[in-house]
Amino acid sequence: MSRKYRSPVMDRRSFVKIVTSALGSLMAAVVGLPVIQYFISPAFGKEAGDDWISLGTLEDYPFNTPTLFNFTLTKINGWERSSQSYGVFVLREEGKEVVVFSDVCTHLSCRVNWNPEKEGYFCPCHAALFDKHGNVLSGPPPRPMDRYETKLDGGQLFIHLREG
Amino acid sequence: MAQNVFSWLDERLGLKAIYDTVLDRKVPKVNWWFTLGSASLFLGALQGITGILLSVYYVPTPDHAYDSITYIMTGVQFGWLIRGLHHWGSSLLILTAFIHMLRVFFYGAYKYPREFTWITGVALLISALGMGFTGYLLPWNQRSYWATTVGTEIAGTVPGIGDFILRVLRGGTDLSAVTLSRFFSLHIWIIPVIALATVLTHLYMVIRLGISNIPDKDS
Ligand code: HEM
Ligand code: FES
Repeated sequence: MSRKYRSPVMDRRSFVKIVTSALGSLMAAVVGLPVIQYFISPAFGKEAGDDWISLGTLEDYPFNTPTLFNFTLTKINGWERSSQSYGVFVLREEGKEVVVFSDVCTHLSCRVNWNPEKEGYFCPCHAALFDKHGNVLSGPPPRPMDRYETKLDGGQLFIHLREG
Repeated sequence: MAQNVFSWLDERLGLKAIYDTVLDRKVPKVNWWFTLGSASLFLGALQGITGILLSVYYVPTPDHAYDSITYIMTGVQFGWLIRGLHHWGSSLLILTAFIHMLRVFFYGAYKYPREFTWITGVALLISALGMGFTGYLLPWNQRSYWATTVGTEIAGTVPGIGDFILRVLRGGTDLSAVTLSRFFSLHIWIIPVIALATVLTHLYMVIRLGISNIPDKDS
């Protein structure tokens, strides 16, 4: 290279080094930063389900015995549609407002069963027992059973299902 | 600090020596056509990176392949970018590799002692075409399905053993879940592993033999 093209500021080598690392970093950033979003975005998807679910006619539920109601909802996770099953216990008592419990154990999410002999909800996973009103009688659960918000509409019982 | 870490590693790994042989090589005076091999290498690496990222969500079964691609495009942030890079990168890679080959041909750079470099290059071009062929089926849309039907049918026209080749490619007489699965395996494991070994051999040859001069009038 002839003398008159020499830069007083830097030599060719440092110029090439700087340009290469600048362009390289730019390209790495253009791909690298979106990749973080690409990876984590499904973890923070849409706030799922906020729905009122009908449990049928209130009059059909007997008094004083918690009664299981099962239903399934279709959920879309990524590219897959799957149905998820839910179980709730409906407790009707004379002169009191109806209460609907989730059957998901408040310990580590197994499903509880109503046990008529013990007069309580039993969780098979770590032998927890809740009384009829969902209070912990024995076992590891940290809080009483969860209740749904309810409403009555033309004799139909509804619960408010919120997730996300 | 960084300097100390570097010299500690260098003393044990010989990093400087690797740098000197790989990057600080002596090269003749060349022109822009000589950058196409590096461009192909860069694009190949980009295909590898974006391909691995696609495999985070892609599922190679007939019931989910198409939906998983739709999910990449509409459900995952920047999914369109990763897939777009992989999609356009595949064609660009074949273009750069092909022009790179033309440059080697017209400069006579394939001659002694570089014949084997040329042979590995041909294997690389075939691998890239194989990647394109197998990758094209993966979205499992109408275009993929019929392109692969036609492509495998063409392979089936080979005299004598045509039917055998067609069945082996498809994993049976029909294009099916078996075909999708084996194309996926070829696309993400078998061809990439072979291609990686071939790229390393190709580069080793380039470094060992050095780059040829641009031929002058006498040669
Ligand atoms: C020479 C390198 C490669 C070439 C030429 C290539 C080519 C292609 C092509 C043409 C498609 C179809 C894309 C479309 O129509 O949208 C595709 C899809 C795909 N490739 Fe590759 N590929 C390469 C390397 C890789 C590698 C190394 C991996 C993974 C380790 C990979 C994973 C995938 C996946 C998961 C798809 C399906 C997603 C889609 O179709 O968009 N690819 N590839
Ligand atoms: S999950 Fe119910 S007791 Fe542990």
